[in-house]
Amino acid sequence: MQAGLALEARNVRMEYVDQATGERLLAVDRVDLDIEEGQFVSIVGPSGCGKSTFLKIVNGLFPATDGTIELRRPDHGVAHAMVFQDSSLFPWYTIVDNVAYGLVCQGVPRKEAQARAKPLIDLVSLTGFETKFPYQLSGGMQQRANLARALTVDPEILLMDEPFAALDAQTRELMQAELLRIWNEAHKTVLFITHQIDEAIYLSDRVIVMSARPGRILADIAIDLPRPRKLEIKRSPDFITYADQIWSLIATQLKSHLHEVQAKPGESVA
Amino acid sequence: MGIAIPSQPLRPPQGRIGRLLHNERLILGLAGIVVFLAAWELGSRAGMIDRSFFGRPTGIVEAGIKEVQTPRFWGDFYASVTEFGIGYLLAILLGVPIGLAAGRFRRLQYALDPWLNFFNSLPRIALLPVLVIMFGVFGPGAKIAVVFLGAFFSIVIPTMQGVRTVDRRYVDVARSFDASERLLFRSVVIPSTVPFIITGLRLGIARALIGVVTAELYTQTEGIGVLIRRATELRQGDRALFGVLIFTVSGIVGVEAIRRVEARFQKWRPMTSLERR
Repeated sequence: MQAGLALEARNVRMEYVDQATGERLLAVDRVDLDIEEGQFVSIVGPSGCGKSTFLKIVNGLFPATDGTIELRRPDHGVAHAMVFQDSSLFPWYTIVDNVAYGLVCQGVPRKEAQARAKPLIDLVSLTGFETKFPYQLSGGMQQRANLARALTVDPEILLMDEPFAALDAQTRELMQAELLRIWNEAHKTVLFITHQIDEAIYLSDRVIVMSARPGRILADIAIDLPRPRKLEIKRSPDFITYADQIWSLIATQLKSHLHEVQAKPGESVA
Repeated sequence: MGIAIPSQPLRPPQGRIGRLLHNERLILGLAGIVVFLAAWELGSRAGMIDRSFFGRPTGIVEAGIKEVQTPRFWGDFYASVTEFGIGYLLAILLGVPIGLAAGRFRRLQYALDPWLNFFNSLPRIALLPVLVIMFGVFGPGAKIAVVFLGAFFSIVIPTMQGVRTVDRRYVDVARSFDASERLLFRSVVIPSTVPFIITGLRLGIARALIGVVTAELYTQTEGIGVLIRRATELRQGDRALFGVLIFTVSGIVGVEAIRRVEARFQKWRPMTSLERR
């Protein structure tokens, strides 16, 4: 593995067998990806393009069919931790127990894990909500706790699977700004999955555009916008140029996919 | 002018009538009971209801007071409590772990499924004569076995289903943090299965009580069921119904006890609109 890299993926392929039809389907195809240490990298693509699948392969939730993924061996903490989509907090645990969960999984006694979770709870601005249960928190606060849970185990690379997808538009904007603040303080490499183009541009150093299924890398776009970024940057001309560029890439994918679907009943499509 | 949509100021219930209406659920429930008991009592006193079969409310209370002063009653009571207690406890001690294991290990479930289905479809009471031959008519063995069989399947099946319906997302979270198999069980599987286990325990109480009554009526050795049968044969309606009342109260107490256990485990769950009054 090359020095200075946090992740090195080579020729990653993921096939699976559809349980209903018995067909072999290709979800991810020949993905090559290098992520430098400390970089914020987003993957965008049409829904169902295999971007979440790729993330779960990195997370070790299921194996790739072919190819290799290497992660930097951490000096401390763990190699990777995942921030899941909405409501993945355990509803039967209080916020502090949820945030401390990763440490408990490593065998840290509960009391000590809670104490070590405390600074992360403060970092994501949930001070005072330690003994609340997830249902007592808003969606945005739940996702802050979700983020703190992943940060508590001190991962080399933070994997984020559409963490703001279920939030309303206003909360989502605020959470994006919050995430940049936290990223700035925690100095983590981030691999972020989203279907929102503006979210990807706003957050990232690089945006990877994936094709419709099977997921392949269509483009790797460096986002050359100054940091720290304010939310207003989303209305700057440079930002909009990036957005147009990425949207046109995705739109061709969506169109070809749409034609495929419409063509299925045997009618001709102009 | 357009169509006027009327507004209505918010007003909490006021005055005595307002408060009465606020508690109408409780008041109407009590009223229903009082009307029924009064009609029964008056009908009995007027000779329209045969007391030797159907008793009367005040008669049941009198019979009860007399009954609890006899040592024979306490012998019967103790016998019923023992049968219920041992049978039900055995059903929990075996049903919960077996249900958890069968839910967790697919192959174990495949192996057990035919047996669970077989016994669950079978009216367990039908086994009573066989059990009596196995365990003997005297002694509590056969009766405990019937109670156990009644409750065990009510507990093991929901427990197993509970484990199988654990939310995939939570399992993924545990796996992604490299939780040990034991921690996965303790932190994810058990908490999400508790509501199912509680349902099983509640169903189990009813089944276990049916087991107690039926077994006692059949074997006629000792127990509250025997008290009911003896009293009925002597045309002592009040005394028979006092026995029935004991079973009813046991059922209510048992279900309430389980509800309290449930409330302890379910603090983390928001109240649903159905639970709010």
